[in-house]
Amino acid sequence: MSKTTTTGDKTPPVTPDGREPVTPDDREPGAADDQGLGAAGSQLSTAPVESLSTAPGLGVLGWARWYWRQLTSMRVALLLLLLLALGAIPGSLIPQSGTDETKVADFRQAHGTLGPIYDKLGLFHVYSSVWFSSVYILLFVSLIGCIVPRTWQFVGQLRSRPPGAPKRLTRLPAYTTWRTRAEPEEVREAALALLGKRRFRAHLAGDAVAAEKGYLREVGNLAFHIALIVMLTAFAWGQLFKTEGNKLVVEGDGFSNTLISYDDFKSGTLFDTGDLTPFSFTLDKFTGTYETSGPNKGTPRTYQAAITYSVGAYGKDRKTLVKVNHPLEIGDSKVYLTAHGYAPRVTVRDGRGKVVYRDAVPLLPLDSNVTSSGVVKVLDGYRDAKGTGEQLAFQAAFLPTYTKGNEVSSTFPALRNPVLNLTPYHGDLGVDSGIPQSVYQLDKTHMKEYKDAKGAQVRENLRPGETLTLPNGAGSITYDGTSEWANFQVTQQPASGWALGGSVTAIFGLAGSLFIQRRRVWVRAVKGADGVTVVEMAGLGRSESAKVPEELGDLAGILYDRVPGPPQDHPGTPHDPDPDPDPQAVPAEAEGAEQ
Amino acid sequence: MILAAATNESLASISNTLIYSAMAVYTLAFFAYIAEWLLGSRSKVGRTAAALTAGTETKKSPAVTVQQANGGTAVLERPQVVVRSAAGSRDVPDGPGAHGGDVQGDMYGRIAISLTVLAFLVELAGVIARAASVERAPWGNMYEFNITFSTVAVGVYLTLLALRKNVRWLGLFLITSVLLDLGLAVTVLYTASDQLVPALHSYWLYIHVSTAIFCGAVFYVGAVTTILYLFKDAYENKLATGGTPGKFANSVLDRLPAAASLDKFAYRVNAAAFPLWTFTIIAGAIWAGDAWGRYWGWDPKETWAFITWVGYACYLHARATAGWKGRKAAYLALLAFGCWLFNYYGVNIFVTGKHSYAGV
Ligand code: HEM
Repeated sequence: MSKTTTTGDKTPPVTPDGREPVTPDDREPGAADDQGLGAAGSQLSTAPVESLSTAPGLGVLGWARWYWRQLTSMRVALLLLLLLALGAIPGSLIPQSGTDETKVADFRQAHGTLGPIYDKLGLFHVYSSVWFSSVYILLFVSLIGCIVPRTWQFVGQLRSRPPGAPKRLTRLPAYTTWRTRAEPEEVREAALALLGKRRFRAHLAGDAVAAEKGYLREVGNLAFHIALIVMLTAFAWGQLFKTEGNKLVVEGDGFSNTLISYDDFKSGTLFDTGDLTPFSFTLDKFTGTYETSGPNKGTPRTYQAAITYSVGAYGKDRKTLVKVNHPLEIGDSKVYLTAHGYAPRVTVRDGRGKVVYRDAVPLLPLDSNVTSSGVVKVLDGYRDAKGTGEQLAFQAAFLPTYTKGNEVSSTFPALRNPVLNLTPYHGDLGVDSGIPQSVYQLDKTHMKEYKDAKGAQVRENLRPGETLTLPNGAGSITYDGTSEWANFQVTQQPASGWALGGSVTAIFGLAGSLFIQRRRVWVRAVKGADGVTVVEMAGLGRSESAKVPEELGDLAGILYDRVPGPPQDHPGTPHDPDPDPDPQAVPAEAEGAEQ
Repeated sequence: MILAAATNESLASISNTLIYSAMAVYTLAFFAYIAEWLLGSRSKVGRTAAALTAGTETKKSPAVTVQQANGGTAVLERPQVVVRSAAGSRDVPDGPGAHGGDVQGDMYGRIAISLTVLAFLVELAGVIARAASVERAPWGNMYEFNITFSTVAVGVYLTLLALRKNVRWLGLFLITSVLLDLGLAVTVLYTASDQLVPALHSYWLYIHVSTAIFCGAVFYVGAVTTILYLFKDAYENKLATGGTPGKFANSVLDRLPAAASLDKFAYRVNAAAFPLWTFTIIAGAIWAGDAWGRYWGWDPKETWAFITWVGYACYLHARATAGWKGRKAAYLALLAFGCWLFNYYGVNIFVTGKHSYAGV
């Protein structure tokens, strides 16, 4: 140990007895490697050996082995971890097509040159890009390549015995000694019994007892890394087989879990339609309540949907509530409540007074006060006053709470004073043109407005129960009342149980790995030159820790009571009295910050 | 209903008063800490310098010490354990603390701690009043997050002190940033008390956010220690290579614990918080699974929580990798904490994602 050491860890240790130290052993981080203790300090963990400068051997096999060694080294694992963190950053700052397609489109529009470059680099879908995937796949391989040998090594450690005592116990980080009148064998036996009782794995090796404890640390560390593999696999599995579909349901309507029932549907690459959980449900009632006053007036307080569902083709009907944080779970599937809005019920009569349309029309909310818009489309059955067949459409704007003076937007999200604003059109909706149409939008290319007597476009605000009569006896539309609709997202993500199990294991494994100390204790008892037994005890942990000396002190105290003091004729003179121990060799009780 | 609203409003204003009072007391504590540093002398012996520049002679190989009761009665009570640090590491004693052994400085230090305790209690009361006024846990927006965060950070510090850990030297650094944090809270981030939108009604939220705040506070203590470690380590290096550090460095750094102790303490703190941070992320994933239909969706907040996690995993790995121990590992720890901070402030302010509806 030299005072003039400059760079700390990297200087090879010079042992007090001047002997050349054992080759610095990089695989033992912490105290053990610095002691040059050879076998006694080895295998305190199963971390892989660092083979920094070893040149690759000959031939393809040699190179392959070299690459494998590199890939599974701590250094490369660290590098890959850093890359993973770094690679995750752009995805949080650049719009991602997986989460928000429209934002990506906006970005492309706004950045003419950057857009294509980002596209090439996969920056709009970072987490499924080639480069991000290759980092985590490499990490995954490295992880497996690391765990397998470590597990074997650990099994080997469990089957062999703790290494024997090093020659000079004084060189260990914690050391104590005393002289006793007991015979060396007595001392060793007492030590063996004591350490065994403290659940050390102890055995007699030569003139000393060797003991080790804290194997759970290694178990924890391996469990943690294996759990990472389980989590990654479960996550990947979930991605490949997951499904996610949306369905808008108006109060009173139902849904059954088949592909064609969905408004939109996404699935992982390996998903098969037969995998959909069979169930169906009806939306009985949606309830939303809102903050009625204060600065956050209008903020939603509760959202809940009362539904009746049944599982399988002939399942019994059951009632339940689906709330924002409480999805309905059926098998692997979960039914979430994701959005809601209003669906005014309207009745349309044609020129002859015949009802040609009667339905609740879901409208899309535009703002937080649920100002909504949409279209009522009457595709067939309608005839005008002269009996000519035509199509009708009503552009609809809906304000759940209408306040005089504010014609364009609602002032509160609940149905306080609902007003339905309708603008009628007639003509050809163009639904047969083959281009898919949004049900919420109106293509006016072949539609004509209605004009009133003064020549102005017909447009009217209706309250529930009121009717808008079309000019020239073309018919009428009546606003009967308002239903609510709820949007349900149905997801199926298999293996999420595994992901959860993996993560719980990971936490416990980590805790074991970080909080349990693996440490060794040796007790040597030999007859000194004067025929008196000298007991020496030393402790070694993986890193310098106050716990090792503390525990050693404890053990020494107990052992001392069992094999007490020196013989009467040798007053307990220490062989090397040191009234003023230098600051480094202070008793454990006075150690620094971590106390 | 109206009566309840009125109570809530008065509770909210009581909370505000308490937070301002706590800031006032923290400010007093701040000055007391300053006084401790100013009056406290640089340790008389200049321990670090003495240990690093004196000849190698002072170091003996560990001696066998035997505790003798009543000087010489030759009754051994208990064998005493001799500790020696690993070869290759510097043997530097811990500094005496901010007061530097000066009695007056020590007195100011004690006053500062008493004031910190008082301010902590007042702030805690403020947080509780705020919670009562909104009838939920006090972490619905960044204002509440900030006041809770600093309370917990000070709580962690005081707990460590109460456990007789050698952390008193942290005081000034901690209180300075607590004042910054609170200043930010009451000016920029203030939000009138209010309840939560439905997506935030979940007990997983309580678990997730409370552990997130706690981890942040602990990581914060770790980061401050790491920074001090870097300074102290540079200082020791300079001394060991025969350089002469500046007056300021001599005065301040000599009083801090040895670099090795700081490093060890920072490691412990970070390592203790890491499993809990892992748990925080998982709790968040469970909550997201219930609220949004997927447990992981690479939302910016989730992504940065993940980056932070990987950052700390890097730090822990680095400590077990040859050539990465010491300063490099320390930089990684700071980077990881930087990610945590960015997740907390940056993501809420600059990036929009699902989490942003929790309100700035
Ligand atoms: C997904 C990537 C990984 C993560 C998140 C991760 C995380 C961690 C964490 C948090 C620790 C600290 C626990 C402790 O100090 O005992 C640790 C330790 C360890 N990791 Fe990993 N790890 C990963 C991959 C790997 C790989 C690929 C290897 C193999 C080279 C590896 C080898 C080790 C070893 C040997 C330790 C124990 C170090 C020691 O004994 O102090 N890890 N890992």
